[in-house]
Amino acid sequence: MDNYLILNTLDYPILSLILILPLAGAVGCLFLRNERTLKIWGLTVTLATAIFSCQLFSRFNPATSRYQFAELRNWFPALNLDYVVGVDGISVLLVLLTTFIMPLCILCSWRHIDVRLREFLIVLLLMETAMLGVFVSLNTVLFYIFWEGMLIPMYLIIAVWGGPRRDYASIKFFLYTFTGSIFLLVAIVALYVTTGTFFIPALMEPNYPFPFQMWIFLACALSFAVKLPVYPLHTWLPAAHVEAPAAGSVILASILLKMGGYGFLRICLPIAPAATLACMPYLIGIALISIVIGGYLALGQSDIKKLIAYSSVGHMGFVTLGIFLLSEQGLKGALLQMINHGITTGALFICVGIIYERTHSREIDHNAALAMKMPRYVTFLGLFCLASFGFPGTNGFVSEFLVLIATFAKYPLAGAAAILGAVLAAAYMLRLLQKMIWGRSDGHGLPEQDRDGQRTLWDLDLREMVTLGFLAALVLWLGLYPRPLLTIMDRSVVHLLEQVEAGTAVVEASAEKFVEAPRTVNPGL
Amino acid sequence: MHTMISGKLLLVPLIPMATALLVMAARRKPNLRETFSIAGAALTFLIVLSLLPRVLAGGTWSYELVTLYPGIAVKFHLDGLGMLFAGTSSFLWIAAALYSIGYLRGLKEHAQTRFYCCYALSVGAGLGVALSGSLFTLYLCYEMISIFTYPLVMHHQDERGYYGGRKYLIYLMFTSKAFLLPALALTYVLCGTLDFSVSGIMHGSFPPGSDTTLVTVTFLLFLFGFAKAGIMPLHTWLPDAMVAPTPVSALLHAVVVVTAGVFSLCRVMLSLFGVQLLSQTGLGLFTAYFVSFTIIVASVIALTRTDLKARLAYSTVSQLSYIVLGVALLTPRAITGGLLHITNHAFAKITLFFCAGAIAVASGKKDIREFGGLGYRMPFTMIAFALASLSLIGIPPASGFVSKWFLSMGATDGHNVVILAVLMTSSLLNAGYFVPIVLTAFFGSPPVGEPVASGSLERAPFIVLMVAPLCICALISVLLGIFPDLLLRIVRLMTGG
Repeated sequence: MDNYLILNTLDYPILSLILILPLAGAVGCLFLRNERTLKIWGLTVTLATAIFSCQLFSRFNPATSRYQFAELRNWFPALNLDYVVGVDGISVLLVLLTTFIMPLCILCSWRHIDVRLREFLIVLLLMETAMLGVFVSLNTVLFYIFWEGMLIPMYLIIAVWGGPRRDYASIKFFLYTFTGSIFLLVAIVALYVTTGTFFIPALMEPNYPFPFQMWIFLACALSFAVKLPVYPLHTWLPAAHVEAPAAGSVILASILLKMGGYGFLRICLPIAPAATLACMPYLIGIALISIVIGGYLALGQSDIKKLIAYSSVGHMGFVTLGIFLLSEQGLKGALLQMINHGITTGALFICVGIIYERTHSREIDHNAALAMKMPRYVTFLGLFCLASFGFPGTNGFVSEFLVLIATFAKYPLAGAAAILGAVLAAAYMLRLLQKMIWGRSDGHGLPEQDRDGQRTLWDLDLREMVTLGFLAALVLWLGLYPRPLLTIMDRSVVHLLEQVEAGTAVVEASAEKFVEAPRTVNPGL
Repeated sequence: MHTMISGKLLLVPLIPMATALLVMAARRKPNLRETFSIAGAALTFLIVLSLLPRVLAGGTWSYELVTLYPGIAVKFHLDGLGMLFAGTSSFLWIAAALYSIGYLRGLKEHAQTRFYCCYALSVGAGLGVALSGSLFTLYLCYEMISIFTYPLVMHHQDERGYYGGRKYLIYLMFTSKAFLLPALALTYVLCGTLDFSVSGIMHGSFPPGSDTTLVTVTFLLFLFGFAKAGIMPLHTWLPDAMVAPTPVSALLHAVVVVTAGVFSLCRVMLSLFGVQLLSQTGLGLFTAYFVSFTIIVASVIALTRTDLKARLAYSTVSQLSYIVLGVALLTPRAITGGLLHITNHAFAKITLFFCAGAIAVASGKKDIREFGGLGYRMPFTMIAFALASLSLIGIPPASGFVSKWFLSMGATDGHNVVILAVLMTSSLLNAGYFVPIVLTAFFGSPPVGEPVASGSLERAPFIVLMVAPLCICALISVLLGIFPDLLLRIVRLMTGG
C-alpha cells in the first residue's frame, strides 16, 4: 500500500481530526442550553475544523500524485478491510471547500433558524463529517458509509426546516439520490468480489474486461449523475433548493453537487477507463444538453432560488463536459469549476437567504429596485452574479474558459453548444441583476416599512458583511490568481489521465488478443 | 526597441478606479466630489504624458501583473497604438469631467455620485484596454467597460432609459459571450497563448501553417464580437443609447466605449493576426469591403435623422468604420490614416456632442429644424460645431483631413478604386448631414411661432462650464490638423512608415 500512500507526518492525525471535530461538536450540542451559546459553539467547531484544514493546504506536497496525510489502521482484517484515509490533489481542494463553506452555513442561518436550533446544528455538523468523509476515504466501504451518511442529515434539513412544500421536496431528494446509491453499492460489492479488496487505489490497478468495466461504470455513473445532476436526472434539485433553508441550499449547491463530479474522478475514470472512453461521446452530449437546458430553464424563472438552482444544472454541465473531454485542461477546468461553483453559488444562495429574511419572498419582482435601499447588498450580489456567468477577472471565468479551450481543441462544434450555455448564463444573470438592483418603476418595489411600521429593508450587518466579504475575496483571488489551486491539482490530474490512457491501451490490446485467441482468459483476474 | 518594465503602467488604469472610490466617499459634498473627479482626470493625463517620451523614442512599457494559466496573463504593454488611445482618452476625460459639472448641475440631474463614479470606472477600464498586453487583459477591461457604463446609459431610469440600457447591455454582452469568448478559446487553441505579438505588426501570434478555416472563423468571431466598434449589423445599440445624458454620449462616442471597440479590433488585427496573415487569407480586403457598407449606409441614415444626437450617433457608426477600413487595407499609409482617425474622430465627435448638450441645456432644442438663429445666440458653440464638422467631413485645416488624406493614399496604394469611391461618396454624405446644421444655425430663420429673443445664451455659469471644454476640444481638433506631426510620429511607431 505504500506505493499509493504517503503516511501523515504531522504530529497529529489531521484527517481523522477534521472528521471527528464536527462529530464531537454535534455531541457537544446536546449539553448546551442557550441558543446563543449553541450558535457560537457551532461556529467555533466549524471554524476550528477550517483552521486545522489549512494545514492540508500549506503542507500539501504538490510534487506527487500519491495520497498524502494518509492514515492506515486495521479495522476488519477478515474482510481485508482497513480504515484508510488520505487526500490527493483532487480531493484536498474539495475538503478545503467543505471546511470553509460550513462556518458560512452557520453564519447565514444565525437569524434564519428559529425552531429546533440545537437539532439543526447537530444535523449540520453530522453533515460536515459525512461530506468530509466522502472526500478523504480511500476505501469503498468507508466511501459508501459516508456517502449514505449524507443522505439522512440532508433529508432532515429539507424536511424539518424547509419551506411549505418540504415534504414533497425531501422525499424526492431522498428517492432520487437513494436509488442512485443502490447501484453504487452493487458496483462496490461486484468490485470486491472480483478483486478481494476495498482499497480504492488498488482497485484502479487491474485491467478489468470491457463488459465488466461497462457495468461498473454505468452503475456508478448513474449514482454520480443524479448527484451532479445532469439532465434529465436533475428534477430533484430545483425542488430541494427552493424548499431547503438557506444553509441547506448552500450545502447542497456548494458541496453535495460536487460529490457527483468527485465520484467520476475518483471511481469511474480510473477504475473503468475503457468504459469511460466508450461512454465519452454520450456523456459529452448529455453535458451539453445540461448546459443548454439548464440555462434555458433558468431564464424563465421568476423565483430567485429556482433560477440559481437551474443555473447549477448548467454549471455542473461544464463540470461533466470538462471531465469527459479527458484532457488536462478539461479536467483542471472541471475541478476548478467545482470549487468555483461551490463558492459563487454558495454565495448566491446566502444572498437569497439574506433578502428572504427581510422580505419573506423569493420572487424577483418582489425584491426589485434594491439599489438605493441596500447598496452594500447589491454590490455583493452584483459581483457574485458576474462570477456566476464567468465574467473575466472572477473565478467563474477561469474554469469555464479552461473547459472551453479543451472543448474547442477537441470538438469545435461541441464548443459552439457550450458557448450557447455561456450566453444563456449571461442572459439570466443580467436579467436577475437588472431587476433586483433597479427593477422597473411600476410600483413593484417594496415599501421600506411594513404595516407595523417596522423597517423591513436594512442593509447588511457585520455578520453578513463578513460572510459575503470572505466569499467575495475568494471570487477575486481565484479569478486572478488560481495558480496555487492549479499547482495542487496538477500532478493528480496528470496521473489520472495517465491511468485512463494506460487502461484504455491495455484493454484495446487485449481486445485484439481476444479476437485472435478467443479462449484466453485475462490472467490479471 | 527597448522595453521598460515598470509598475508605473498600472497607475494609468488604477488612478481612475481610485478616483471612483474618492468620489463615492465624498458623495455628501458635491464640490469636493467634483474636485476629486477633475483632479483624478488631470493626474491620469499627466501620468500618461510622462510615459510618452519613451514611447516616442521607439521604446515600450511593459508590466506583467499575474499569470492565471500558462499563456493566459493579466499584463500591460504600452506602444504607439496604445499611447494614441490612452492619451486621447485621458485628455478627453478632463474635458468631460468639466463639462459634466455644468451639464448635471444645469439640469439638476439625480444620482450624480453614481454618475461620476461610473464615469471614472469606465475610463479606468478603457485605459486598461489601451494598455492591455494580452488578449485576456483586453477582454477583461472590455467587459468591465460594458458593466460600468450600463448605469450611465440608463441614468434617467425611465422607460426609455431602461430600454436603451437593456439593449446596450444585451448587444454588448451577447456579442462578447457568443463571439469573443469562442474567439479567445480558438485563439488559445491555435496559438497556445493569448499574449499579443510584440514583434511588430507584420507577424501576429498565429503560428505559420495554422488551419485557414479556423483562422477565418476566429477572425470573423472577433469582427462581430467587438460590437462596440459599431460595425453593421450590430450597431443599433448606439442610437438607442442616446437616451443617456450628453456627457455619457461623449463617453460612449469619444472618450472610451466606441474608441475601445475599434481600438480592440485594430489591436487584434495588427498584433494578433498580423498584416501578413490577413493579406494572405484575404481577410483584410474582405473586412475593408464589409465595413464600406457601414460607412455608406450609416451616412445615408444620418441624413434622414433630424434629432441632432441621433444624427451624430449614425455619424459615429460611419466614422468608426473608417478606422477599421484603414487598418483592413493593410498598406502602411492606410493603417496610418485609420489609426490617426481614432484620435481625430474622438476630438471632433466629443466637440459635436458637447455642442448638442450645450444647445439642449441652454435652449432646450434637440431638433435640427428648430436651430434657426441659434448661431447668434450661442456663437462659440456653433463655431466649435462648425469646426468639428469640418474635421469629420475632411476639409483642411481640420484634423479629419489628415486621416482621410492618408486613407485615400492607402486606397490608391492598393489600386483600389472601389474603396476610393467609397471614401469620396462618404465625404460628400458627411458634408450633406453636417453643413445644413451649421447653415440653419447661422442663416436660417427661427422656427415659426417662437418669440423673437436676442442676447447670448452662453452667459450662465453652468453654460460657461460647458462651452469652455467644447471650445478647447474644437481648437485641438483644428490644431491636430495643422500640426499633425506628433500624432504621425506616434502612429508611425506602429506602421514603421
